[in-house]
Amino acid sequence: MSVNVESLQSSTYFSGLSSEELDSIGKLLFEKAAARGEIILFEDEPAQAVYLVVAGVVKIFKTSTDGKEQILYLARPGDSFNDVPVFDGGLSLASAEALTQVVLYGIKKNDLEASLSEYPGLAKNVIRVLSQRIGQVISLVEDLSFRRVTGRVAKILLENSEDTHAHKHRLTQQEMAAMAGTAREMIGRSLKLLEEEGKVRLERNRIVITDKEALQEVAGVGQ
Amino acid sequence: MAKMPVIDRNKCDGCGLCVEVCQCKVLALVGNVIEINEKKECHLCTRWCTMCEMVCPTGAIQCPFEVVIEEESP
Repeated sequence: MSVNVESLQSSTYFSGLSSEELDSIGKLLFEKAAARGEIILFEDEPAQAVYLVVAGVVKIFKTSTDGKEQILYLARPGDSFNDVPVFDGGLSLASAEALTQVVLYGIKKNDLEASLSEYPGLAKNVIRVLSQRIGQVISLVEDLSFRRVTGRVAKILLENSEDTHAHKHRLTQQEMAAMAGTAREMIGRSLKLLEEEGKVRLERNRIVITDKEALQEVAGVGQ
Repeated sequence: MAKMPVIDRNKCDGCGLCVEVCQCKVLALVGNVIEINEKKECHLCTRWCTMCEMVCPTGAIQCPFEVVIEEESP
């Protein structure tokens, strides 16, 4: 397969490798396309290949038994996914869904292992990718375990609802994440949770506080 | 007119991911920068899906929410 060398060089996996090395590794890659909404990988299935996003966005997520979804991260061009289970020989740890039309390069487990022995630069890059992945997961564990993100989101909503300026500031989920000291994905989850509990209603451009007292209780602020 | 996502053209690097993810086709790449097609409406996703904001790698798109208390809403 003829690969786009620029796409490879822009990814952490293949950065710093020579053209000759990229050409050799390129021969081991296969291309895979996915339509928007298509599930590329299912959690708990045998992991057979690592994928690199060439174009589009892939959502990497876990689903609970009652159908709740937790996004682990979004893989954009240059990012990889399914690396951990391929290296430890286990099952896929998360599912992957194409959020757009997606083009991927895949490399099979055996081919990747052979390349790691042959190209030390690739091995170093893989260590860097896996270290970043551990960092992301530790950060998520911290959010889920220690931080009462929903409480802080509730407080931010209450404070913002009290803004009486004529040109009231409108909040983005990114801003809420920065204010709550968490990831944007956690804000979406918290808002959904508050909506399920009947404390807020999400509308177009608006978050309506439907039960102020209950929201104050979640926020831990006096009524 | 329905509210639309807010674009910061200085931050937009023209990657086009938001165009691909938008179900309502309100976003388009014009001269390598994102533009909003005012003739379309950001409504098919039924409510502010904010996917364009979520996928944007440079923070060039914002989908802001107004926060109101029920009795204050019209």
